[in-house]
Amino acid sequence: MIDLTDVSFAYPDGAFRLFIPALQVEAGEKVAIVGPSGTGKTTLLNLIAGITVPESGRISLDGEIMSDLKDVDRRALRAGRIGFVFQDFALLDYLTARENILYPYRITSAGTLDAAARDRAATLAASCGLADKLDRRPGALSQGEQQRVALCRALVMQPKIILADEATGNLDPDNKSAILDLLFERTVAQDASLLAVTHDHDLLSRFDRVIDFAAFRLKRLAS
Amino acid sequence: MNALILALAYLRFNWIRSLVLVAVAALILAVPIVSQVLLSGSRAALTDRAEATPLVLGSRGSQLDLVMNALYFSADRAEPVTMAVADAVWDTGLGIPIPMNTAFETNDARIIGTSIDYFDFRNLKLAEGRGLAVLGEAVLGADVAARLSLGAGDTVVSSPQNLFDLDGVYPLELNIVGVLAPTGTPDDEAVFTDIKTSWVISGIGHGHDSVLDAQADEGDIVAAASTLQFNRITPDNIDSFHFHGDPATYPVSAILFVPNDARASTILRGRYLDPENPVQVIVPRDVIGDLVDRIFRIKTLLDAVSLIIGTAALAAIALAIFLSYRLRAREMQTAFKLGARRGTITRLLAAETIILLSSALFISFLLILAVQTRGDKIVAWLLAT
Repeated sequence: MIDLTDVSFAYPDGAFRLFIPALQVEAGEKVAIVGPSGTGKTTLLNLIAGITVPESGRISLDGEIMSDLKDVDRRALRAGRIGFVFQDFALLDYLTARENILYPYRITSAGTLDAAARDRAATLAASCGLADKLDRRPGALSQGEQQRVALCRALVMQPKIILADEATGNLDPDNKSAILDLLFERTVAQDASLLAVTHDHDLLSRFDRVIDFAAFRLKRLAS
Repeated sequence: MNALILALAYLRFNWIRSLVLVAVAALILAVPIVSQVLLSGSRAALTDRAEATPLVLGSRGSQLDLVMNALYFSADRAEPVTMAVADAVWDTGLGIPIPMNTAFETNDARIIGTSIDYFDFRNLKLAEGRGLAVLGEAVLGADVAARLSLGAGDTVVSSPQNLFDLDGVYPLELNIVGVLAPTGTPDDEAVFTDIKTSWVISGIGHGHDSVLDAQADEGDIVAAASTLQFNRITPDNIDSFHFHGDPATYPVSAILFVPNDARASTILRGRYLDPENPVQVIVPRDVIGDLVDRIFRIKTLLDAVSLIIGTAALAAIALAIFLSYRLRAREMQTAFKLGARRGTITRLLAAETIILLSSALFISFLLILAVQTRGDKIVAWLLAT
């Protein structure tokens, strides 16, 4: 479960300020966030993931108060419980799709890179239509395929919190629907909390809840 | 382990950059030691052979060229003297002259036309076959035989001196009768013939069809362009080989001289002190001693230059690794976002550097080992070129 209370954040230059009085996403709930660009949707996901630290307020993930944790513990929590689909995919060009999906196992101690993990990666890739492209590097994949690899990487460690930043942005309608199916299926199967930023209004009806980010007292202050 | 696997994948993906970095680092590590090994080897090779050769006679000019050619068979040759010089020193009774004609090559090996005394003087032993006996025979140095895969019973053809000169020196096919045991000296890289055979190569001596026409009156010589000139000396045609001109005028590149004693050496040197004399007598030990002193004086300068170049190259490598870190900044950011600890990220970067430097160290070790193992041959080759 994701629980934010009175969270405020400002970039050092003060040009952008974000305040979220309250936000909860229950386990198994699928929540979409919509809103104009530059309103802080990605910043919100970064705050939840502990990538960015808030100025004040409380961020709780499954009862663990993120804002009370040290950097090393925040990283461990992120590695073990959060699956993050980045807007820019953040794939490594020197690794194959398979190795990109398994990358979290290589750089964190949250899971063991065993046969089960490899099977899970292969199954996820197959469900995204990437079964025959696992040995290709990102440079040999289309934007949509790269995005699906990024999605598989986010899901491979079976996270309890799934954060997706424009996870369907570069996909055609059929693939969008398939990817959303996978995200929802994993959310339910893992009893996870899904918070997805999207500009795709056609898909909103499939979410349990849609949050218009402008309603969260977003404040933009001129420097 | 994971950091190593990822670093290897990264280096393999950027293989050109990785290879260049490893090669440059390996050279920086190896060159100072390799140059030290080669210089020490050169010093020993130069000094040992020079000290084993009491005196060398040759035309006045560069003493170094004369010694390098006569002792190490280098390509630079002083002007030849004539056989009359060898005859003259023989007549003094002060020692044994060993004439050498080093004008020709075959398969990148120098042909040394000399006398049988040379083999005794250098203590050369046969590993296969027999020694020189008749005109047209050759004995190969150990390395030449190995390189060309030749042995007794085979033949080797002297290189033409000028492909486009119809009036030039024509190749002579030499009959190989023996192979010398390895000595670790320039003798291993030479092909030995009798000095008369070398004069046949130069065209002074030759063999051809009979120019006496059975139909012609006795004593009439009927020579024409169609007369067949032999390019190999065989038992069937050896009797037709003959020399033109006065043997005293035949060319000799240098003459090694083995004096009977120190007094004989001094006397002979005294006879050639006149700077107007076109022939000089030199003591190889002195010439090579000067050369080695110069080399080691220059080496100090080379060491300084090497240090500067090495420092610059190391800085370039450090810059390349730093730029690589910059290029991988996005990956490190991703690793951070996925929850990697600081230590893990540091290991990811360190693994790349460690693999690069370890590879360079290993290659430089192999280079040094190769040079140390084959140092004698490399030195001999360097001295001959």
